[in-house]
Amino acid sequence: MGDAAVSDRTDRKDKKDRRGRKDKRSRKDRTGAAERPAALTLKESGRWAWTQLTSMRTALILLFLLALAAIPGAIVPQKSIAPAKVLDFRSANPELSKVYDALGLFNVYTSPWFSAIYLLLFISLVGCILPRIRVYVRALRAEPPVTPSRLDRLPESATSSTVRNADEVLDAAATVLRRKRFRVVRRAGSVAAERGYLREFGNLLFHLSMLVLLVGIAWSNLFGYKGSSIVVTGQGFSNNVTQYDDFTGGGLFRDSALTPFSLTLDAFTVRFETGPVQTGAARQFTANVTVTDRPGATPHQEVIEVNHPLNINGTAVHLIAHGYAPVVTVTDGNGNVAFNGPVVFLPQDGNFTSTGAIKAPDARPEALGFQGFFLPTATVDASGPHSLFPDALVPELFLNAWAGAPKAETGTPQSVYSLDTTGMEQIKTADGTPVAVRLKEGEYIDLPDGRGRLTFIGWQRWAKLQVSATPGLPLTVGSVAAAILGLMLSLFIRPRRIWARATAGEDGRTLVEVGGLDRADARTGLDDEVAAVLAVMDDPVEDVPETPADEGSPTEGAVTTTSGRMK
Amino acid sequence: MDFAAYSNLAMVTAWLLYLVAMAVFGVEWAMARRLPASTETAKAPAERSAVLVGAGATGAQATEPPAGTTGGAAPRNVRTSVEAAPAPAPERSDRWGRLAMALTAIAWLSNTLGAVFRGIAAQRFPWGNMYEFTITTIAFIVLAYLVLAQRFRMRWLGLPVTLLATIGLGLAVEVFYVAVADLVPALHSVWFVVHIVAASIAGALFNLGSLLSILYLLRRRADEKGTTRGWLAQLPGQQTLDLWAYRTTAIGFPLWTFAVAAGAVWAQYAWGRFWGWDPKETFSLVTWVIVAAYLHARLTAGWKGSRAAILSIIVLVSFWFNFIGVNLIFAGLHSYAGI
Repeated sequence: MGDAAVSDRTDRKDKKDRRGRKDKRSRKDRTGAAERPAALTLKESGRWAWTQLTSMRTALILLFLLALAAIPGAIVPQKSIAPAKVLDFRSANPELSKVYDALGLFNVYTSPWFSAIYLLLFISLVGCILPRIRVYVRALRAEPPVTPSRLDRLPESATSSTVRNADEVLDAAATVLRRKRFRVVRRAGSVAAERGYLREFGNLLFHLSMLVLLVGIAWSNLFGYKGSSIVVTGQGFSNNVTQYDDFTGGGLFRDSALTPFSLTLDAFTVRFETGPVQTGAARQFTANVTVTDRPGATPHQEVIEVNHPLNINGTAVHLIAHGYAPVVTVTDGNGNVAFNGPVVFLPQDGNFTSTGAIKAPDARPEALGFQGFFLPTATVDASGPHSLFPDALVPELFLNAWAGAPKAETGTPQSVYSLDTTGMEQIKTADGTPVAVRLKEGEYIDLPDGRGRLTFIGWQRWAKLQVSATPGLPLTVGSVAAAILGLMLSLFIRPRRIWARATAGEDGRTLVEVGGLDRADARTGLDDEVAAVLAVMDDPVEDVPETPADEGSPTEGAVTTTSGRMK
Repeated sequence: MDFAAYSNLAMVTAWLLYLVAMAVFGVEWAMARRLPASTETAKAPAERSAVLVGAGATGAQATEPPAGTTGGAAPRNVRTSVEAAPAPAPERSDRWGRLAMALTAIAWLSNTLGAVFRGIAAQRFPWGNMYEFTITTIAFIVLAYLVLAQRFRMRWLGLPVTLLATIGLGLAVEVFYVAVADLVPALHSVWFVVHIVAASIAGALFNLGSLLSILYLLRRRADEKGTTRGWLAQLPGQQTLDLWAYRTTAIGFPLWTFAVAAGAVWAQYAWGRFWGWDPKETFSLVTWVIVAAYLHARLTAGWKGSRAAILSIIVLVSFWFNFIGVNLIFAGLHSYAGI
C-alpha cells in the first residue's frame, strides 16, 4: 500500500514494456520492415502473461472483482452459513435454484470463480512482492543516490551563500541530517541523504502478511475441525465424533486428533429482559460445567459464557445456542413406562416457540408417538399456539398423538426432532376428531381406548456446545497484527531525499544549495526540512553586517523561507 | 437526573444546530457566488508554481548573490511546488463562515454531551445499537472536521460536513431511535469498546475522505470547463483536495483494518469462529477491499484523479450500506438495530 513504492511498480512495468517494445523494434530492424514479426514464443507469451498479471492495473481490477464477488454471498443464502434457508429458497424457487446451483451461488466463498479471483490476486501479489524484496534489499545496501546536477529542479529547493568554506558547511549539513536520522553520504562538493527506508519495509511486510494470513486460514481449514452437540442440563458430552450432532473436519484432520475430554452440564442459567425496553432480549447465559481433561484426570468446575469460551488443551468449547427439553413420561397400553426423560425441542422463533417429537417405539401393544410444540410462555390466538416470551413462565405442550404397530429396527437414521408417521395413524376421539394434547406442567392425558398415558413432568434447558480446534489461529492473528503494523509504516513513514551542495564562488563566498524530494505524496514538512538544512549552511542572520548594497532589501525576509503554503 | 431524557434533548438540539450551521454555511457560499475565478494554476495541479520569497524579490531568480554583498548574507531563494492558497474570502462571506463554524462547534458539543448522557443513562459505552453508533460516528466526523478547520484552515469543508451531520442525526433521531437498554450477552466484552470505536473513527475518516473526493470532482469539472467561480474558487485546488481525501482515507484504512480484525477476534470468542461470512463481515471486507483499491488506484496511471475519486465515493456508499442496509435488510449476527 506504500504509495511511492507502489508507483515504482507501475514505473518498473512501464520501463519493462518500453524495453520490450524496443526489443521488438530492433528485431524488426534486423529482419526488415517488410517481414512480419515472428509470433511470440511460448516463453515470451508466458512472460507477457506474467507481466500483465503482476501489473498494478490487473491487481486493481482483481481487487474490484473481489469486492463485487463477495456481495452475492450476503444476498443469496449460503449452504455453509444457513443450510435451512437454502432449503427454503430451493422449495420456493425451484427453477432459479438450478441456475444458482450452476453458478455456485449457494457456495459463493468456495466457488471456483471466487477462489480464482483471490488466488489470482495472491499470485499477482507474489509476482509484485518478490522482485520488490530484491530491489529493497539492494536499496538497503546502497548509498543515497547521486546528487542531481540541478537542485533547483527538485520540488523543494533553496540557495544561499556563506563566508565559510565548502567542507565546513557540508559537514554542518551532514551533521544536521544525521541528527534527523537520515542516511548520509559525503561526496565531493555535496552531501546526499535519504531516510524512510522503513516505508517500503512496511509495505512489503503488509503484503507478505496477507500471504501468511492465507496460509494460516488454509492450515486451520485443513487440520481444524468444528462440531456441535446439544447437551441437556444434567447430561454429559465426551469429545468423540459419534457424540456430535454435526461435525466438519478439515481435509487432513484425523479423528485421533480430538482432545479426549468429557464434560457434564451441571447448570445452565438464562435470564431475559423483563423491563419495558427490549422485552425478551437475552441478558445472561451461563453454563456451569464439570470438565475432565482426559480419562482419569481430576474433574474441575468451569463456567462457559457467550464471550468466555472454555479452552481445553487447544480445543475451544463455545456456548452457541440454547433451548428447552420438556421432561415427559409415556406409559403404554400395557401400563409399562415406555419412555421417560427430557426430549430436546428446537426453537423456531425469538420467543422460543419450539417444535419436536416424543417417540415411544417400545410402547406395547402399539408404538406411540407425539409431535408438536413446547411453548415456554404459551398462548393461543388467531395465529395458533405460540410463545409470548422466551422464558418459561407458562410452559405448555401442544401435541398430536400417533399410534401404530411396532416396527422392526431398520437401522435407517431418523430425525430426532420429527416423527416418521408412516405406518402410524393419528389417534382420534370417539367422535372422530384427532386428539389434541394440551398439557400444563404436572398434568397428564389418558389416550382414548386405553392406549396409554402421557405425563408432562417438567422441563429442562439444553445448551448447544460448539467444540472446535483452529490450529492456524496464532498464525492468523500474528499475520493480521503484522499487516496492521506494516500498513502503518507504509502509510506514515515519510521517505525523503535531501541533497546539499557547496561550491566556491568567484567572489570568495561559498554558494550553498539544498534540494529535497519526497518519494511519497501526502507528506508535509519538506520545505521546513530543506530550510533547516540551509540554515546550518549559510550565515546566521544576526551576523549580517549592514552593507550599502543591501539597503533596499530588508534581511528579515531571509528567514522566511516559505509563504503561500496551503495546508 | 434523568440522563436518558437529557440525552434526547441534547441530540435534538444538536440536530437543529447542525441544520442551522448548514444553512449559514450555505449563506457563506452564496455570498462568495460572484467571486471571480481563482488565480492559481488550477488546471495543472502538477505544475510547479514557483514561490519566490526573500529579500530582493526582483532578483530572486539569480543564484549568485547580488554584487557588492561580500560581507553580508545572501538572500535565500526558495522554490516550492506547494499549491498556492485560494483567494481570501471577502469580509462579508467570511463573517458568515465564522458564525457557521461557531454553530458547528456548539452543535458538536451538544452532540457529544448527548452521547455521554446516553452512556451514563445506560451505564455502559453508548455503542450498543444503530442509534448510538450513528450519534457517535457523527460526533467523530464533526470532531475531525473541527480539528482540520482549526489546524489546517479547512473551514471550506463545512457545508458538506454539516449536511452529512444533519442527515445522519436526523436518521438517528427519527428512524434509528431506541430507548436505553442493556446489552445482549454477546456484546459483553472488552472488544465491544475496541471494535466499535475503531470502526466508528475509521468510518468518520472515510466519510470525510469521500466528501473531499466529491469536492475534488466538482472542482476538477469546473476547472476543466473553465467555470471555476464563486464557492468553487473558495476551495483549494484539485491537488490539495485530492491530497486531503487521500490523507483522511489513508489514516482510516489501518483503523478499519484493525476494526475488522478486532471484530474477527471478538467473533472467535463470542461465536466460535473468526470469520463466518456474516453479511456484516462480508460488507466490511468489501469496504476494506474498495479502500485498498482506492489507495492503489491513486498511484496507477489512468486511474489516479477522477477514477480514484469515484472509488472513494463508492467507499462512502459501501460504508453506509454496510451500516444501514445490512442491519435492516439482512438477517445476520449483527442485527442490533433494535428497531
